[in-house]
Amino acid sequence: MALRQCAIYGKGGIGKSTTTQNLVAGLAELGKKVMIVGCDPKADSTRLILHAKAQETIMHLAADAGSVEDLELEDVLRAGYAGIKCVESGGPEPGVGCAGRGVITAINFLEEEGAYDEELDFVFYDVLGDVVCGGFAMPIRENKAQEIYIVCSGEMMAMYAANNISKGIVKYASSGGVRLAGLICNSRNTAREDELIIELARQLGTHMIHFVPRDNVVQRAEIRRMTVIEYDPTAKQADEYRQLAQKIIDNKNFVIPTPITMDALEDLLMDFGLMEEEDESIVGKKAVEEAAAA
Amino acid sequence: MATMTRDETQALIQEVLEVYPEKAKKDRAKHLAVNDPSVEQSKKCITSNRKSQPGVMTVRGCAYAGSKGVVWGPIKDMIHISHGPVGCGQYSRAGRRNYYTGMTGVNTFGTMNFTSDFQEKDIVFGGDKKLAKMLDEIEQLFPLSKGVSVQSECPIGLIGDDIESVSKQKTKEHNKPIIPVRCEGFRGVSQSLGHHIANDSIRDHVVHNRDNDDSFETTPYDVAIIGDYNIGGDAWSSRILLEEMGLRVVAQWSGDGTLSEMELTPKVKLNLIHCYRSMNYISRHMEERYGVPWMEYNLFGPTKIAESLRKIAEFFDETIQANAEKVIAKYQAEYDAIIAKYRPRLEGKKVMLYVGGLRPRHIIGAYEDLGMEVVGTGYEFAHNDDYDRTVKEMGDSTLLYDDVTGYEFEEFTKAIKPDLVGSGIKEKYIFQKMGIPFRQMHSWDYSGPYHGYDGFAIFARDMDMTINNPCWNSMQAPWLKPAEGESEAPMAASA
Repeated sequence: MALRQCAIYGKGGIGKSTTTQNLVAGLAELGKKVMIVGCDPKADSTRLILHAKAQETIMHLAADAGSVEDLELEDVLRAGYAGIKCVESGGPEPGVGCAGRGVITAINFLEEEGAYDEELDFVFYDVLGDVVCGGFAMPIRENKAQEIYIVCSGEMMAMYAANNISKGIVKYASSGGVRLAGLICNSRNTAREDELIIELARQLGTHMIHFVPRDNVVQRAEIRRMTVIEYDPTAKQADEYRQLAQKIIDNKNFVIPTPITMDALEDLLMDFGLMEEEDESIVGKKAVEEAAAA
Repeated sequence: MATMTRDETQALIQEVLEVYPEKAKKDRAKHLAVNDPSVEQSKKCITSNRKSQPGVMTVRGCAYAGSKGVVWGPIKDMIHISHGPVGCGQYSRAGRRNYYTGMTGVNTFGTMNFTSDFQEKDIVFGGDKKLAKMLDEIEQLFPLSKGVSVQSECPIGLIGDDIESVSKQKTKEHNKPIIPVRCEGFRGVSQSLGHHIANDSIRDHVVHNRDNDDSFETTPYDVAIIGDYNIGGDAWSSRILLEEMGLRVVAQWSGDGTLSEMELTPKVKLNLIHCYRSMNYISRHMEERYGVPWMEYNLFGPTKIAESLRKIAEFFDETIQANAEKVIAKYQAEYDAIIAKYRPRLEGKKVMLYVGGLRPRHIIGAYEDLGMEVVGTGYEFAHNDDYDRTVKEMGDSTLLYDDVTGYEFEEFTKAIKPDLVGSGIKEKYIFQKMGIPFRQMHSWDYSGPYHGYDGFAIFARDMDMTINNPCWNSMQAPWLKPAEGESEAPMAASA
């Protein structure tokens, strides 16, 4: 099987890292060889696999060694649960330096050092929420991730983010082979959430690949720095991640997305009752003016 | 001054290191060594290719300098964009005196500066569109250019512009190679990584271009000159010797070189490498992928020239071997006359060198032909395979210094008191003001060529006119000169 490279995007705090690690554990359980590349200066993309607080990152090791050329692959690569290979790009503290460059340097380093060996079935890039500069688009450039999964939920801002990410994919899809491979709904228990995300997916030209229900076992496992599949393989939630893993293995639905306009997105949200119909007559009216009119 | 003993040289290193704080001393100590020609692996005695210490003066360049300035810049029929703010392109304009033939601005572009001149908005919104527009404009204004290389300056790597995708698209549109080069200046510890990055981009975008094209008629005597940048015409004075031997020089990398020469190189029988440091990577690639062997050679001074021509001829048949002897014999009267003229004027003079890729070891033979001795040498950006080759060329107990600091170089020079220092423009006036004859050995001090027999004549003349220049007798102000009969007062310049 040829190596499949997948990137996970989505709004900050939506559960990208948790979902990625749980689904990767599912893939590993199915016998797949997987590597996770954390592309976030917070470096929390591999802790559930490694049972570690935070993995030592490429950029921090490079800073200690002098330059990235002084590093060897074994310095940065750690194997965790079920042999999953883990690497974190790392980057600066908030407010200083250039985190995007950290991602670029790290991915170049992995390529040059031959981290993408023939044994691997999957590479997952877990990318910081917002694609704020070119560095965070690095994983979806040509000859890198071909499949993008967007983690979202039935909340307004998560859907805005999914639509914006789709716009970014269109830019790279037109010059390379990157495709949107599906939405993963990480449920927040909002009303008619599955229908809403299925509809959003339809409008974006893709599909909702799986609906991951909310379950506290995820948090219980996380406190122990474990994936659900490792912590409690019999849990119902473990099966959900196994299903997601299987669906990703079988997935053939790769598209250039058709992002929707702001109006269309708002219409969708209104249809599902997440947003009130806008009353143009109240725009710019102060309380005193409203009181006078009443 | 007599040649120093091993202990004296070691003591000098210790004395110079004394001034540093503990940590810096520990680091710098690894980069300074007393030469022992019997050492096989230089890593036992000297460390190289490491980050320079903050707070010292280093004359190293950056990855952009290595790629744009050294490897790519001299390819004369391509346009090399300095992609980013204007300074890098403007201050590296016109290259390193890489001579070329052609009509500048029409079919050759070597001394022109092409830059995307990044502004604030290009940093914020990205420069991809500007690059695309620039490539279109170049195609319109300079239709005879054979291709473009995009030389990344620092900001390109920071904002993460996808120059690969723009280049790929425009390659298709213009049907000419447009080659993205990720040589951002902050990468690596010196210009050396820039050479490597540039070699890799040639590997990925150039050398395989004519893989399935047999239209080029080859001969059994095809060679390529690799790692000669034609500074002051060096490659030309080398090329004629190879041609007189009956070899056909298919390509010059990259001084006075062209894109099609590079594309044809995998079809030659032998790659001849002058500057190993900057172009061993592509030579190794051509060996692995096309089975083209490579050989290092040295065309500085008649001894090394004869040695090299014979070694090259060895690879070919008896005709070429006989020709090599003829060439050496043909020029013998000429170089014997040069040696007869200059050796008496230069005999016993001591030289300290500090240069770049190959010269700290390659020029030693030329000095020795003139009766001179190289007593100290070092590289800006060498790796240990360079020092492996250097320890054999240098005399016992001579001084080796890697990435030498301004302070160390001055102190060594004061102690060793050489008759000549050969280094770059940044060192030149320091040493001249110290009263020490100096030659720029990067640019040949606007002279040259120094390669080949023709070059040796110029080299010998230049060394003589520098060392024996009467100005060195006028270092003291007339009013400080001792009256006749008095003993000499201390020199003002050494205060």
